[in-house]
Amino acid sequence: MLIADLFFYLFASVCVAAAFMVISARNPVHAVLFLILAFVSAAGLFILLGAEFLALILIVVYVGAVAVLFLFVVMMLDVDFAELRSGFLAYLPIGAVIGIILLIELVLVLGSWVITPQVAAQITTPVPPLNEVSNIKALGLVLYTKYVYFFQAAGIVLLIAMVGAIVLTLQHKPGIKRQTISVQVGRKREQSVEIKQVESGKGL
Amino acid sequence: MIEQTSPFANYLIALPEITLVVGAMILLMLGVFRGRDASELVSWLAIVLLVLVAGLVLIIPATGKVAFDGAFLIDGFSRFMKLLTLIGSATVIFMSFDYMRHARLMKFEYPVLILLATLGMMMMISANDLIALYLGIELQSLALYVLAAFRTDSLRSSEAGLKYFVLGALSSGMLLYGSSLIYGFTGTTGFSGIADGISAVGPNLGIILGLVFFMAGLAFKVSAVPFHMWTPDVYEGAPTPVTAFFAAAPKVAAMAMFLRVILSAFPDITHQWQQIVVFISIASMVLGAFAAIGQKDIKRLMAYSSIGHMGFALVGLAAGDATGAQSVIIYLAIYLVMNLGVFACILAMRRSDGMVEEIDELAGLSRNSPMMAFLLAMLLFSLAGIPPLAGFFAKFYVFLAAINAGLYTLAIIGVLSSVVGAYYYLRIIKIMYLDEPAEKFEPMPGALKIVLGASGLLVILFFTYPAPLVQAANVAAKSLF
Repeated sequence: MLIADLFFYLFASVCVAAAFMVISARNPVHAVLFLILAFVSAAGLFILLGAEFLALILIVVYVGAVAVLFLFVVMMLDVDFAELRSGFLAYLPIGAVIGIILLIELVLVLGSWVITPQVAAQITTPVPPLNEVSNIKALGLVLYTKYVYFFQAAGIVLLIAMVGAIVLTLQHKPGIKRQTISVQVGRKREQSVEIKQVESGKGL
Repeated sequence: MIEQTSPFANYLIALPEITLVVGAMILLMLGVFRGRDASELVSWLAIVLLVLVAGLVLIIPATGKVAFDGAFLIDGFSRFMKLLTLIGSATVIFMSFDYMRHARLMKFEYPVLILLATLGMMMMISANDLIALYLGIELQSLALYVLAAFRTDSLRSSEAGLKYFVLGALSSGMLLYGSSLIYGFTGTTGFSGIADGISAVGPNLGIILGLVFFMAGLAFKVSAVPFHMWTPDVYEGAPTPVTAFFAAAPKVAAMAMFLRVILSAFPDITHQWQQIVVFISIASMVLGAFAAIGQKDIKRLMAYSSIGHMGFALVGLAAGDATGAQSVIIYLAIYLVMNLGVFACILAMRRSDGMVEEIDELAGLSRNSPMMAFLLAMLLFSLAGIPPLAGFFAKFYVFLAAINAGLYTLAIIGVLSSVVGAYYYLRIIKIMYLDEPAEKFEPMPGALKIVLGASGLLVILFFTYPAPLVQAANVAAKSLF
């Protein structure tokens, strides 16, 4: 138990420190790398909770795809991030004050935490015991049955994001070379290759 | 009253939404395969689809049925509000043709995005669960962000889209934070479950803190003060038909969602949320009245006007009873009609060298096109709340509900800010009728004439036969309690 506690504090403190470095790192590439560190520590926290499926999804999707994509965007876009965020940390004091106020409020709220039997009874789908049902099975049992509406709605949200990205960035400029497979396949040898007889010692 | 349904019946209950999403995808494919030439065809088909969906909403009996494990609810209220949003969306597509052709924005994605935004609104109206509500909001908002930035060659339009996106994401964060606290203290995300949990536990601090954050997120969506900052900039920057859309359907849907979640999930802590609603209502009415006075751009003016009108609608919600809900429903219906009419006029402000948006350009409109000037004047009188036009009755019902609930201060401040607000509406009428004529506008396109005529007639003749709307609103409001 002690080891699990130690790992919890390790992952939690690394996660918070990495998240802070994401916004304070001067170099955007370093910021993205710290973001990856934050994701990995969060995945560690999930494993400690017994949610190994979510932990692996976090690593595969967020670290493997999203963060790497970020890294590519940061490297390819020629944006002067240092100038963009100059004076960014000047807002730190006021942000800290607001954060402390929120923290005090949260502590007060947690102090008033009451769990009555009625509330406990209302938790309609309790998490199935870990030793009986695996993570993936537990998700699969509800994802396409109880939560099918939410699942489909989330799918449409993604569709809108795709349509939006295309409509806002795709410009049909004339004179752009496009790949037309039928033309490529239908190309004859005579159209593309010209044979010249070169006499020796003369050149073309 | 609320009955559980078999799995297959779920799909019957959500048939209008399913039809809408399938239709939107078919139209998207049609546009993709037929290319830009099909844009007008897609727009017309989108209008047909919206009318079809409205028919389905009317046909399917709405007697408090839930689907998808209680996440989705249809009742008299959802039916009425869905019809309003569908009318708003279809009318906006109908009004857009001329503008889009001139601005070279005739893209098939435009009607498709409006259809998907409408789907999100219908999901918001029918939401009976916090997750369903959030997904509906995101679906609608994401489509609206893209629509605001639709004019990619205009810096102001991109700015409007970006501003809306960043602030919308912030408000979604607050809404989610509040929802998670509410879930943590009641153990469920369903509205009826939340109501049961609150009545069992009583108003504890956690639920109230969650409610505050939750209502901050909702207030952003209806653009109530102090979460209104985005409205004028977004309204000004977005292409005019999109602004007309923003001012019409999403406002109605967001207000309907506000009404449903507050009245059905938090009935036992009325006293707690009533204070918040009274505050944002007063702040919106006062700011809407005073900030609009100095505006020169008619779209910005309409933005402040819409902030004020949302404040008036919230007066009815503050009453917190069936009469109050009925008054909000009436208010929203009349607001939608007036706004569509005014935007038909704004869309007709076109000279040979392009669209104009300054209020001063309306000078002497009464001599250039007397019919348009007369109808616009009537709509503005109605927005100001002058009897016997429809806008007067809208305000009358909400103030009556507030007085019945004993909220005298709120009603008095409402009437006073309505008087202040009348100034800037009357100023436009003065410019149209008394100032020296400016250059003529291009002749008004037929679609705008139809919309303006219909809206003007409804507003002028409402007092002769208000019974159908009042009764329908009454039935709709009853189903909330």
